[in-house]
Amino acid sequence: MNKVTESYIIEDQKAGLFKVNRRTFTDPACLEDERRRIFDKCWIYVGHESEVPHAGDYQSRNVAGRPLILVRGDDSKIKVLFNTCTHRGTMVCRQKSGNAKTFQCPYHAWTFNSRGDLIGVPGEDSYSDGFKREDMALVAPPQVDNYRGFIFACFDRNAQSLYNYLAGAREYLDLVADQSELGMKIVAGQQSYSARANWKLLVENSYDGYHGLPTHQRYFSFLADIGINFKDRDMSAPPIQKVADLGNGHAVLEYQSAWGRPIAHWVPPFGENTKPHFEEVRRRFDERFGPERSRRICETSRNLGIFPNLVINDIMAITVRTFFPVSPDYMEVNAWALAPIEESAEDSALRLDNFLTFLGPGGFATPDDVEMLESCQRGFANREVGWSDISRGMKRDQPALTDEMQMRAFWRRWNDLMTEPQIRRARKVA
Amino acid sequence: MSTNELPSRTEVEDFLYKEAALLDEWRLEEWLELLTEDAVYQIPPTDVPEGDSRNTLFIVADDAIRIRSRVKQLLSKFAWAENPHSRTRRMIANVRVLGAEGDNILVSANFAVHRMRYESVDTYIGHYDLKLVRDGKLLKIRERRVILDNEALRPHGKISFIL
Repeated sequence: MNKVTESYIIEDQKAGLFKVNRRTFTDPACLEDERRRIFDKCWIYVGHESEVPHAGDYQSRNVAGRPLILVRGDDSKIKVLFNTCTHRGTMVCRQKSGNAKTFQCPYHAWTFNSRGDLIGVPGEDSYSDGFKREDMALVAPPQVDNYRGFIFACFDRNAQSLYNYLAGAREYLDLVADQSELGMKIVAGQQSYSARANWKLLVENSYDGYHGLPTHQRYFSFLADIGINFKDRDMSAPPIQKVADLGNGHAVLEYQSAWGRPIAHWVPPFGENTKPHFEEVRRRFDERFGPERSRRICETSRNLGIFPNLVINDIMAITVRTFFPVSPDYMEVNAWALAPIEESAEDSALRLDNFLTFLGPGGFATPDDVEMLESCQRGFANREVGWSDISRGMKRDQPALTDEMQMRAFWRRWNDLMTEPQIRRARKVA
Repeated sequence: MSTNELPSRTEVEDFLYKEAALLDEWRLEEWLELLTEDAVYQIPPTDVPEGDSRNTLFIVADDAIRIRSRVKQLLSKFAWAENPHSRTRRMIANVRVLGAEGDNILVSANFAVHRMRYESVDTYIGHYDLKLVRDGKLLKIRERRVILDNEALRPHGKISFIL
């Protein structure tokens, strides 16, 4: 093991203090451990089923450092395959996305069908009887599963099922998936960006209610300029405000927001002419789910973090965001918009317009988040200042939206996985 | 508009060089004066450069109100990603006057925009698809579509200034 002389986190329940060692953001040995103990052990998001709607549709994806193919086979079943020829290693899928009956390796022309079976080997008679095509199919991760359209892979064959792994996060994925009667879809256009910062800073940031006003003052000024004022919100029912530890390191913020929501919270900038349509959508949700759940789906925003690196923020639009560390101080981020399949062209345009007010690398908020994370990372060069504090609200019975309970849920799980002794022993034996 | 009423390439080049200088010098209020009242500013995603912002998730899809708000924010101290301001330097080349469409003058130009901040240099490469209009003696921008050749905003991380 590397020179671990001090712990990663310090939790002092009695004093109400929670500290994170800044070495977790800067140490290459810590990242190497994260790759083995977290990204090789947890369920990791690969993509959404709507991205491969037809047989033969595929998407190339980089997931936890691995080039994968997300593909719908000619049997219509979705598969995840390691994008490497079983012969000598070449990547058999060379496009970002498309539709293919086969993947032919460009190096020696081995051919695989869309299920990954090896169906062609030039000069096969030169191989011995011990060579079997069925042993040489494209390899799949040990576990792949789908929860309501969200496809995850796990590189540990002994890990618990995806269903159990998601734990309390399922309830919140349901609140997103239930927004459509036909299914949700990823909208065309991927926001592919990065931050010169440790990946865990984006986990913290994605559901940090405390930073909203100071970091995003420009966004709230913009809302005020276009006529959105939080004080105008409907107060006829008690406000919904919740911060929850969902188990297994997942956590969520749920709240009523100033901004409008495509499903379905009308605000004046959407235009008076759209108001009846919003009321109609709301009525339909009332019918489908009853007033209480309908109110929750339509009126509340959710910032959901699924351990370790999937964020689904159902706010002024729905973004699905995932990110991977390249080095301790650099991550790659991919983000998409999620929408109901049946959404009309007008509704889709309104959703995407609302998305861009806040979100994405050209939005009125995300660039400032990236700036803050990069600034933290530069600040960490002061090794003499060894700890970050996430104690906020620790002694409160009911955590507030501006507390840091959700981050502590992440860090406890992270720390458990990073310090689990049996894994350490197993590695030594291996 | 007939072909012989089109502006010369030289006139369009002078106009684009002036625009680039205003942006590089952070004279954004003056830059707004180069836009029509109904101007739009768009940056399609790197994977769907030909996309339509009504059904594709863009990086930027500003209408006239949003552009003016963006400038106001950038000139306030609260746009942290640009406070302090980045240094930028724009190279505009391969300017072509492609023709007319109604009263729009269609222009294409290549760009390389270098952004310097915290001693990193990030280069944005691509081309502009512009719709210009003649306003008296002046040219104005009605549509400013910025198409990136970069396959991803990596390591740039963001487009926090006017690209």
